[in-house]
Amino acid sequence: MATGLESKHERRYTSQDPELLRRLLRAKDRMDAASDEDWPVQRLARVSGVSAAHFARSFKEAFGVPPHRYLLTRRIERAAALLRDTDLSITEIAFETGWESLGTFGRTFRDVTGKSPGATRARERAAPYDLESVPECFLRAAHRPALTIAVSEKRRREACGTKGSEETEVA
Amino acid sequence: MVGLYVRDQDEAFAFYVEKLGFRVHTDVRNGDYRWLTVQHPDQPSFQLGLFTPGAPTHDAGTAQALREIVAKGAMPPLVLVVDDCRAAYDRVRARGVEFTQEPVDRYGTVDAGFRDPSGNG
Repeated sequence: MATGLESKHERRYTSQDPELLRRLLRAKDRMDAASDEDWPVQRLARVSGVSAAHFARSFKEAFGVPPHRYLLTRRIERAAALLRDTDLSITEIAFETGWESLGTFGRTFRDVTGKSPGATRARERAAPYDLESVPECFLRAAHRPALTIAVSEKRRREACGTKGSEETEVA
Repeated sequence: MVGLYVRDQDEAFAFYVEKLGFRVHTDVRNGDYRWLTVQHPDQPSFQLGLFTPGAPTHDAGTAQALREIVAKGAMPPLVLVVDDCRAAYDRVRARGVEFTQEPVDRYGTVDAGFRDPSGNG
């Protein structure tokens, strides 16, 4: 059974229809352009012209993460950029990047990046950057955190199973 | 000359010529193979090649993998430098170019994101 366990975790390559992939990319692009908005699977599926169940499965297969977790990484990137580049308060940044509460934002940000929004702002402002010559959309894509596991799973592992899962992922 | 993989050369040609203002530089066919490059009037020294994955250049498995990579937007960035990004955005958007990012002003320059029909951007 050990092999069965391994194959569950390794990402095997399966061929996908390029025409479908192009439409999945469109939904991903729409999330990139408006990551502060709500993107339930039904809305994304409409952009791609497929059923919700088909969308969720195909998106993960194509891009390696479920759509709601992908959106989360874009929101974290946006928040980190606003912390770095603007004087907006952390509360304003939380709402501007799509979170419904400051508490959820702060906790999720810390869980994903390992640092609080305030600490990130201080560190990012101290670091010199030379990003003027990189087009914005590529910069955003590059600064997205690599979130290979669910936030709830990350919390669980860090808590070593001492706490129950208080909530599921923020979508 | 730098080449792009596209899903359909006729479609790509129409996009780069009719929507983005390129013009044909070379269009040569030999059986199934078509060498197609375009150039922009503002930069005639540069050619952009529009190629489809497939025989005889690629085996079937490689061609399929390339088509998938292009369609999921995983090819390297394609950047067009223009004098006035906002004006260019308005102009080509009106012609139906798919934008992934509206013009954004950063550090004194403006950029916007677009994709071609195949997924290059």
